[in-house]
Amino acid sequence: MEDKLIISGIEFNSRLWVGTGKYKDFEETAKVIEASGADVVTVAVRRVNITDRKSANLLDYIDPSKYKILPNTAGCYTVEDALRYSRLAREAGVSDMVKLEVIGDEKTLFPDVIGLLKATEILAKEGFLVFPYTNDDPIMAKRLEDAGAVAVMPLGAPIGSGLGIRNPYNIKIILEASKVPVIVDAGVGTASDSTIAMELGCDAVLINTAIAGAKDPVAMATAMKHAVIAGRMAYRAGRIQKRLYATASSPLEGML
Amino acid sequence: MRVKINGEDKDTSAKTIADLLEELEIVPGRVAVEVNYNVIKKADYNNFRLKECDIVEIVYFVGGGDKDFKF
Repeated sequence: MEDKLIISGIEFNSRLWVGTGKYKDFEETAKVIEASGADVVTVAVRRVNITDRKSANLLDYIDPSKYKILPNTAGCYTVEDALRYSRLAREAGVSDMVKLEVIGDEKTLFPDVIGLLKATEILAKEGFLVFPYTNDDPIMAKRLEDAGAVAVMPLGAPIGSGLGIRNPYNIKIILEASKVPVIVDAGVGTASDSTIAMELGCDAVLINTAIAGAKDPVAMATAMKHAVIAGRMAYRAGRIQKRLYATASSPLEGML
Repeated sequence: MRVKINGEDKDTSAKTIADLLEELEIVPGRVAVEVNYNVIKKADYNNFRLKECDIVEIVYFVGGGDKDFKF
């Protein structure tokens, strides 16, 4: 049965999305993306080096006709900065998609949800397809949806922490209430974390550090690909209820 | 004419954004340009006239998002 993720009419071929930061070079980035099977890759917006124009371009390695480029506003701490980066990203890129980050604090990189909500409202009105990186707060997820976000991206744990899905119950509540897709951003540390997110019913998972920081990033990208598929299939298959006591699998009838 | 490009003061003979990108050997397709905090549409690169002391930012996509340089 077809199980495609569709957001605002855009079809996604993979429920694993990957970031492109922290790789040793563009060759490695390209290999990892290939292994992950992701069709969405996040990128950041930064100044062109105008004195050394020979430096390679990321988009020479990630073909924008093959992958969906999702620019982020990483590093933005104010609404104004997030708007500025979003508008530049739209002009530099090929779509209206933006992964909106308004960071509240350097140590935790937790989102400033008040700023995030304001920026989401403004950008949605400007026609952006806003994917806000938010806390695992069901009320805020709802507010972002009402403000025009096309999906919500709650964190599982702080960015780059690898702590996994710290509050699966909140994610579950977000999923129950949300009319837009829910994509876990940040916090995944290893394959089982991705599976847990998908088993909860999340629509996709976005991973960067857990792959880029692994000893073998290509192998971890492959593991994540399978973990996301397994989690999604298990979710759709419908797991058994947890019980305190055993229920025998083999019939008692016919025993000696 | 002196303008500020990506934080650096530069002398340029470019009259338009298109001229400036050509002078800097930057292919326009994969960048975005901002002048005095306003994003300039690609379609306007040929018409947009630069002025003395303009603040120009030229950005592109990099691997993200690590907490690296920001303007």
